[in-house]
Amino acid sequence: MNNNVDYNREKIIRQTNSLLTFANRWDHFLKRLGINRGKNRIKPGLYSLGNPNSKSQIFVSANYTLSFDALRTALGGTDCYILVLDTKGINVWCAAGKGTFGTNELVRQIKLTGLRDVTERRRLILPQLSGPGVAAQQVKKLSGFNVEYGPVRANDLPEYLKTHKATPEMRRVKFNLGDRLILVPTELTQATILIIILAVPLYFIGGLLPVLAIAAAFLAGVVLFPILLPWIPTPHFSTKGFILGALIALPFAIIEFFGKHGIVLWQRGGWALSYILILTPVTAYLSLNFTGATTFTSRSGVKREIFAYIPKMAWMLGGGIVLSVTFILINLLGT
Amino acid sequence: MIDFYKNNTLQYNRELCNNCRFCSDVCPHAVFERTNGVVNLVNPGNCMECGACQLNCPTGAIKVDSGVGCAAAMIYAALTGKKEATCGQ
Repeated sequence: MNNNVDYNREKIIRQTNSLLTFANRWDHFLKRLGINRGKNRIKPGLYSLGNPNSKSQIFVSANYTLSFDALRTALGGTDCYILVLDTKGINVWCAAGKGTFGTNELVRQIKLTGLRDVTERRRLILPQLSGPGVAAQQVKKLSGFNVEYGPVRANDLPEYLKTHKATPEMRRVKFNLGDRLILVPTELTQATILIIILAVPLYFIGGLLPVLAIAAAFLAGVVLFPILLPWIPTPHFSTKGFILGALIALPFAIIEFFGKHGIVLWQRGGWALSYILILTPVTAYLSLNFTGATTFTSRSGVKREIFAYIPKMAWMLGGGIVLSVTFILINLLGT
Repeated sequence: MIDFYKNNTLQYNRELCNNCRFCSDVCPHAVFERTNGVVNLVNPGNCMECGACQLNCPTGAIKVDSGVGCAAAMIYAALTGKKEATCGQ
């Protein structure tokens, strides 16, 4: 814990409300696109919502706008305090995994804000997904505040607050089609940059078809894969990606095989094979990378996937590149 | 095909459990269930090794090699020799 904090500085309670302005919605839109994700952070500290008194409930959130806004809008009509931790602009679950939404930061903010003097209440309601970073018993020992874990989703809070008991449904994290689709724009923004970088040299080497092919492989990995995830057979992300990648590569291989006139059959077959060998691992790799965005993959499982499939992806990609370069050289030499 | 995600590092010693319920409160995949005042490990294969149960267990009844199951972060760490980064790093 940082011991150089000035706990005697002026205690400020900022006012917030439950309304979403156009600026809030615009900020959410940009963040969903993966733009300015680390910007427009909420100032850490204590906030009042409505007209809380010394017995009002105290909620804890991250200083990521989407997390804070989800909480304050879900608590419309509730007079309460919100303690915002400095999670460096990262959402609750990721920050908890990283430790910034953690015991030390929670205790630090309790002291910094003078929370003990603001309220008689000694119970904090934390989002359930902050669990990987917060040790409830340690918080009690270090600050005197009890920790109560609320539901996973902020919009279940009104129902939860009636009994302070979460239903099994409220405790479960989901990853349905909507949850997966909301991740696509961020993945797509990052992929588009890579596609553009690769498109220029590919166009000069092979024309439009390789550009379209690599774009299709990327789009399959970052758009189709998240959508189709539960429906592609096999339990692993890599193998699902191999299947999807091969299906995407097949039309390009067929076009290459039947479209390349004036060269011998084995060379046409070789060109077609190089499309399969290059595009399939690209989609498979992007699919494997989607593990970080999901809500259920374990570290040990991902590790086993990496050891099992990354070498296969590397061999396929390497083989495809060697094959393509060989045919380019054959064409250049005119043999 | 072996499912790499069905085996994990979660271990639960019921003898040490004091039924405080924190593990079932923090688990997002209903790995633990409290029935008749006793916490049982009911869905161990669902564990994603987030470590929330271990961190909130006051008696040390739960052990798990926790971490984030993110291939990008693990590959980056392996290639650069740096510490495994998570979102925002």
